Amino acid sequence: MNHARPDSAISVARPYTAPRRRVITRDRVISIALITPSVLAIAIFVYVFIGRTAYISLVNWNDFAPDFTWVGLDNYTRLFQTERFQIDLRNTLEFTVVFVAACLFIGLLLAVLLDQKLKGEAIFRNIFMFPLAISFIVTGVAWRWLLTPSSGVNLLFDAVGLGFLKSGWFTDPKVGILAVDIAAVWQMSGYVMAMYLAGLRGIPEELREAARVDGATEWQVFRRVMLPMLQPITLSAVIILGHISLKIFDLTKSMTGPGPGFSSDVPALFMYDTTFSGSHFSQGAAIATVLLLLVSVLIIPYLIYNFRNEVQQ
Amino acid sequence: MVTIKSRMAWLAALAVVAMPLLSACGTTNEPAATPAPSGNTPAANAGGGKLEMFSWWTTGGEEAGLKALYALYKKDHPNVDIINQAVAGAAGSDAKAVLKTRMLGGNPPDAFQVHMGHELLDGYVAAGQVEPLDDLYKSEGFDKAFPKGVLDIVSGPDPKDASGGNHFWSVPVNIHRANVLWYNKKVFSDNNLTAPASFDDFFKVADALKAKGVTALALGDKVPFASAHLFETVLVGTLGTDGYKGLWTGATKWDDAKVTEALNNFKKMLGYINSDHSALTWDQANDLLIQGKAGMTIMGDWVDADYKAKKFTDYGWANTPGTAGIYDALSDTFALPKGAKDRQNALDWLKLAGSEPGQDAFNPLKGSIPARIDAGKGDYDAYLQSAITDWKKDTIVPSVVHGAAAKDGWAQSYTDAINSFVTSQDVSKTQAALADACKQAGVCK
Amino acid sequence: MSAVTPSVRQPRRPQIRASRVAIYAILVVFAAFYLMPVYVLVVTGLKSFTEISLDRMWNLPTSIGFDSFRDAWLGNENTSINGLAGNFYNSIILTVPATLISAMLGSMNGYVLAKWKFRGANIIFPAILFGMFIPYQSVLIPLVQTMQSVHLYGSLLGLMFVHIIYGIPITTLIFRNYYASVPTELVEAARIDGASILGVYRHILFPISLPGFIVVMIWQFTAIWNEFLFAVVLVNNPESQPITVALNNLAGSFSVQWNIQMAGALLAAVPTLLVYIFLGRYFIRGLLAGSVKG
Repeated sequence: MNHARPDSAISVARPYTAPRRRVITRDRVISIALITPSVLAIAIFVYVFIGRTAYISLVNWNDFAPDFTWVGLDNYTRLFQTERFQIDLRNTLEFTVVFVAACLFIGLLLAVLLDQKLKGEAIFRNIFMFPLAISFIVTGVAWRWLLTPSSGVNLLFDAVGLGFLKSGWFTDPKVGILAVDIAAVWQMSGYVMAMYLAGLRGIPEELREAARVDGATEWQVFRRVMLPMLQPITLSAVIILGHISLKIFDLTKSMTGPGPGFSSDVPALFMYDTTFSGSHFSQGAAIATVLLLLVSVLIIPYLIYNFRNEVQQ
Repeated sequence: MVTIKSRMAWLAALAVVAMPLLSACGTTNEPAATPAPSGNTPAANAGGGKLEMFSWWTTGGEEAGLKALYALYKKDHPNVDIINQAVAGAAGSDAKAVLKTRMLGGNPPDAFQVHMGHELLDGYVAAGQVEPLDDLYKSEGFDKAFPKGVLDIVSGPDPKDASGGNHFWSVPVNIHRANVLWYNKKVFSDNNLTAPASFDDFFKVADALKAKGVTALALGDKVPFASAHLFETVLVGTLGTDGYKGLWTGATKWDDAKVTEALNNFKKMLGYINSDHSALTWDQANDLLIQGKAGMTIMGDWVDADYKAKKFTDYGWANTPGTAGIYDALSDTFALPKGAKDRQNALDWLKLAGSEPGQDAFNPLKGSIPARIDAGKGDYDAYLQSAITDWKKDTIVPSVVHGAAAKDGWAQSYTDAINSFVTSQDVSKTQAALADACKQAGVCK
Repeated sequence: MSAVTPSVRQPRRPQIRASRVAIYAILVVFAAFYLMPVYVLVVTGLKSFTEISLDRMWNLPTSIGFDSFRDAWLGNENTSINGLAGNFYNSIILTVPATLISAMLGSMNGYVLAKWKFRGANIIFPAILFGMFIPYQSVLIPLVQTMQSVHLYGSLLGLMFVHIIYGIPITTLIFRNYYASVPTELVEAARIDGASILGVYRHILFPISLPGFIVVMIWQFTAIWNEFLFAVVLVNNPESQPITVALNNLAGSFSVQWNIQMAGALLAAVPTLLVYIFLGRYFIRGLLAGSVKG
């Protein structure tokens, strides 16, 4: 490894501290130069744009032609009075609760089962995780047909004598967004499984053994030893899944659209429609801002928490 | 130009990287990645160059009609490379979103399909993004060829023109009718029924069908425009010509008792529809009628082409309840965006679309009638011939769902309100939402 | 192997057997759930048009025909279906360079943030990370306007640019964590030897970066290939659209049969599935890194 360069050769010859500081200063400049383009890009494309969107949400640009008359919070007031948006918020809540709960449950269950030193573990693991590699659009198209009332899953139910489980799925306003949950859980539960599995593998076997020696049953070992140690993972999973589900767009767009009586509609879909079909740019910006606030409530504390931990370490 | 060139260089470089993959796949649909086929540098003169035409005509008769127009165009412009930008999906609403982002992005096609009326006037015209076509109207005599009802709807003021005078903004190629009730003749004759003219008749017929276990009214509102369309015809039938037109100008109040009555009529009709309506598209709902599982359906007259494509002949038609003598009209028109790359080619396209040969080539295939009063000699079927006759004598009202009566933001809010109503069936809440949509559109106070 | 477990444990064996069987039963049921769509996609794709029917979605094909794949890939003049081949190609020329550039940028940023901590880094890094969590709707309208004003709107090149920018947070994160695990002593030693910041990168970190690059590139490749929102808003010309948008359009059209949509969906999934199958280990590492801690 020969990287001696003229200036560094000189620096060795000089007294120890001074040249070192000089080298650092030069390197410092380079280091900042290396990272500046990215920082600038993020500053503009994330923060300036968010500010711009927030500004648009406070003006009256609700036609194709831009109109920057200040209207304050009018767009928000109207938005929260709009039935479609009220339904959307309800749908999002329902979707998120079911999605997160089901993914956590299935993910944990599968991870614990796979952690039992099974033969064929790798095969199962790969089967549970391959949907992660697929686009939400593909998932949406496939599940749309699997949940079409006249076909798909309903045919299976008939075939095995479970006809009473048949449903109109997303075409039934009472099911609506819950049908989208099925597809979303199919896609994302493997992710939670991977997180838990990594967590379980990180728990030293001695800890479990120690508990067993103390006379704990397997369930108690799980409940008292494993679960507490998996808690940080559960938190991460809730945050990750939560923010995915608040933002969900591709899946509903390709699978169901807004659905009957907006029963599978979500804010992101409304934002797309009202902005690009309805030319209500300010209303669209207001929806986007509400979405951003919802996501921020989840993410910002999480980021702070993570970094505080890191600094402490 | 610089950007285009460097983009080409980029893509060409990438093409080298990706070429092995491509050839292994054996594609036919070559995108613009390989060096541009005819380039747009020396274009626009000598009858060469391109014509990039944007539409949402991708299927069946619509596409056949478009192709027929292309063929006519090619005859006179053999060297023009027609780029067919047809975007599928959702009765044009996906295409409209695509067009909007294109226009917003300053990347217009050479000519584009747009519904006549406020969709264009309050959209691209108000934003100053399309060219007025007054000269074309004069030179081609369009101002004499189209009926006054149509000229009124395609013209409007120029936001940049302080005098406030009206200009022509697009060339209508066809006319569709929204207020048509279609019925299965065999189902009707088996049950000794005749086509209903009023709402009372309609509900009597519907009850009779329901009693026989036949779905009275087929509806497929998986794409919500279908139920919004149905309600539009109910509005026309309940409020009449002036009352209905007034809704879009502010002359009729949305909290009017007549609107309540319309919502109640609509609600009652929803009691007679197929239970799987939200799983079907309008054409799938139409299959119910073809199979005799449903007696009637209410949909625009593109249904006629659907029957023809499905080789079904045993159908009858009537005006929707309460709309005798009224023609609830929409029209596909073509407009010329400012900054079109191939402007002359686009102008020639508009000329053809508005001409008698163009309209009579397009419409029999598309299943619509010509907008020109002097056209109509061609292979039009029985329904279309009756529509051509009606077109000349009926009162014209503009369709809202199909862009003629209101700007698309308003039409979208209206459609949203009705999509909610189909599930909630809450009359007062929906009426309030409809009234608010009018306010938001800036028409009601 | 399991048949010859030590005989001492024999009394417990039946119980273990039973629980093992139960575990396998549960896993098999779940595996069936995850594989269900794959079965339908594949079986549908293999049928000829005469066998396609929604009522017989689950039936195996009686003879093999690739009709649906052919139409989904090449299109069909008669039914005016536009094939996905061109869009597949668009996705490749979009994704490959965007992935490479993203990885380079992430490597640089990660290096600086991991080994050259400067004042404010503790604020800048989380501020960059926040960018990967935002709903992109909240930047969409200004983004369209900006891309228009720099004449990158509507082109694959513009979309590539956007993916590179919004890929900065995740690529930076993965590389920063990766480089953070490299002993600082190595870096210090090189610096005492007189290596500059770039020298340390070139001679110490870059040579051991391959796993980091693989993780990041797989992540970016998958994310960009699968992305929809930016693509649908920024690239409107159907001939330049990436495959996710084209697939959604295919599915949104009335006339396109469900079997062709299914075949199209499978085609769109193939590249990322291949990556998953062959490089799954790195794929999972990237996923776990996405949960910030990793």
